[in-house]
Amino acid sequence: MLFKADPTFYPSPKLAAQAPAEKLAYVAALNANGGNKRDALAVVNVDSQSKEYSSVVGQVDMPHAGDELHHFGWNACSSALCPYAPHPHVERRYLIVPGLRSSRIHVLDTKPDPEKPKIVKVIEPQSVHERTGYSRPHTVHCGPDGIYLSALGSPGGDGPGGIFALDHDNFEPLGRWEVERGPQHFGYDFAWHLGYDIAVTSEWGTPNMVENGVNPELLLAGKYGHNLHIWDLRKRRHLQSLDLGPEQQMVLELRPAHDPTKAYGFVGVVTSLKDLSSSIWLWHKTEGTSNGKFEIKKVIEIPAEAADPAQLPPLLQGFKAVPPLLTDINLSVDDRFLYASCWGTGEMRQYDVRDPFNPKLVGSVHIGGIVRHAPHPVNPKRPLNGGPQMVELSRDGRRVFFTNSLYAAWDKQFYSEGIDGWMVKLDVAPEGGIQFDPKFFVEFGELRPHQVRLQGGDASSDFYCYP
Amino acid sequence: MSQSWPWALLLLLGAYHGLNPAMGWLFALALGLQEKRRSAVIGALFPIALGHALAIAAAVLVLDFARNILSLGVLKWAVAAIIAAMGIYRLLRASHPRGAGMRVGGRELIEWSFLMASAHGAGLMLIPVLLARPTLGMHHSRSLPMEGSMSSNLRVLLLATLVHTGAMLVVAGILAIVFFELYDKIGLRILRRTWLNFDFLWAVALLIAAVAVLFL
Repeated sequence: MLFKADPTFYPSPKLAAQAPAEKLAYVAALNANGGNKRDALAVVNVDSQSKEYSSVVGQVDMPHAGDELHHFGWNACSSALCPYAPHPHVERRYLIVPGLRSSRIHVLDTKPDPEKPKIVKVIEPQSVHERTGYSRPHTVHCGPDGIYLSALGSPGGDGPGGIFALDHDNFEPLGRWEVERGPQHFGYDFAWHLGYDIAVTSEWGTPNMVENGVNPELLLAGKYGHNLHIWDLRKRRHLQSLDLGPEQQMVLELRPAHDPTKAYGFVGVVTSLKDLSSSIWLWHKTEGTSNGKFEIKKVIEIPAEAADPAQLPPLLQGFKAVPPLLTDINLSVDDRFLYASCWGTGEMRQYDVRDPFNPKLVGSVHIGGIVRHAPHPVNPKRPLNGGPQMVELSRDGRRVFFTNSLYAAWDKQFYSEGIDGWMVKLDVAPEGGIQFDPKFFVEFGELRPHQVRLQGGDASSDFYCYP
Repeated sequence: MSQSWPWALLLLLGAYHGLNPAMGWLFALALGLQEKRRSAVIGALFPIALGHALAIAAAVLVLDFARNILSLGVLKWAVAAIIAAMGIYRLLRASHPRGAGMRVGGRELIEWSFLMASAHGAGLMLIPVLLARPTLGMHHSRSLPMEGSMSSNLRVLLLATLVHTGAMLVVAGILAIVFFELYDKIGLRILRRTWLNFDFLWAVALLIAAVAVLFL
């Protein structure tokens, strides 16, 4: 407990964008070598003034093998300043790190030594299963009144997926969040419009549909998720489904506007069955009354690129094209730039979305890719595998970090030679445009990096209650 | 000692409650910013004040009832124990209402403010002042507390509630409206540095109040 508010909490995105530069990044890292090899949380020095810049300075191995670390988040963030449930004197201190495959949830304390976090609590899978009815925890967000996690499915591996909460103080699982889930069945990501008491959830597939790799039969039949769900955050009830159409498969990362007076956001769709394109859609509240409904509209389409079948993995050979495989997007804290990770084609795109209905492509870099294998400036002769995947932005929007691994079983299908993990950084010009920082290239040995969280908060870690 | 000190204390405690961002001014400000209307700030302040007054009045009425069935000696110890327990609980666990949100109407604001004030022991904090003999002298009956007629005691206690809440409303109102008007220029930057741990201060204030009761 602090006597003054945690200095990393900001009432508004405007103030958060003035936050000092982060010095450390925490990176979930997967060990895909099987056996007793354990996943880890890596600590990367991102302080360009430091001698250890661009290197792994700490690593916390998980207590068990086979967790599949994926996404993770802070115990508390700027939403602690929300006026209806204020508790500004808790600390942004603990990282909540779930195993997506094991359903084990680790709590790491970053305070005594930020470079060497310590595991202070482990919530065993049975406890998650029994108390919430869910398994395969995915996204973690610090809410105004508790820590929320999404889950892909039931302990048996089928649906429904959903959301559950952890107690703020002791991190014990509190139970299923939904009071009335309506037609919602698949789970994946979730986000909030705190100014509107609205929650939004997206759809991937049940654990049984994803854990052995993408299932081509299910995919071609359009069986993966293609809806967005709008919820009443206070009453915990389903309000509305937004169907993107069955050809839009896997509706993943949700990036709502940070400004709480704006009720819109972007969601990425991995692939279209029509032409293997990826797309980004804008959900938005229709103008008018406060009870207005939400609508959704495609605002960005990224086409597949023609390719020689000999260069493609078996799954894609029949298509003679490499799909962009948009697997992550991120929105800057000032709601100005949207980043799109094309894991298949090896491209990171930057869009200006000041007019969210009419995004403009303003930047692009290539690295890795199924066919392209583009190098990094640190070594222009070395072809790289994997592609831009989890992307995270500094609060001031000037630095972009991303990693190259997706999910062990899927990595294998698209990058059959295996993935050598790397993390890179882009510098952002104030008016748009991105380029690699030639001094920043981090390798992870036998580990594959996934989500990045920046010390003190980043563009997807915090929700705000003041404009 | 002047007989007006309990009134001054009630005003000060009201101002103190008004100053606490968790008691409502910040909520009123946020609702105004969300709606982009000053009238939304003002419209929220009154239900918040009413909820606060109801929480204080509830504590006051329970006290008035208890005083009619318990001796002052027993009452002091009981009140001190309850206030101390509340203070210790607040030290150990900073709870807050669940299920609140930003889309709230007047009734929900009254409920929220009532719960917030009750959960923080706002009414309990006033009890030492209300139990003090000089407070009861405020109605000029010059009678001893146990001899005062119930209705006149009640009138004083309700007046005390109004005075306290009035001070709370004035301070909360000034803060909410000033921040609303200057939001584009100064935002809530100052809040980050000055939002002291009122929960901690309140817990300490409650513990002091518990001790104070015994020395009345």
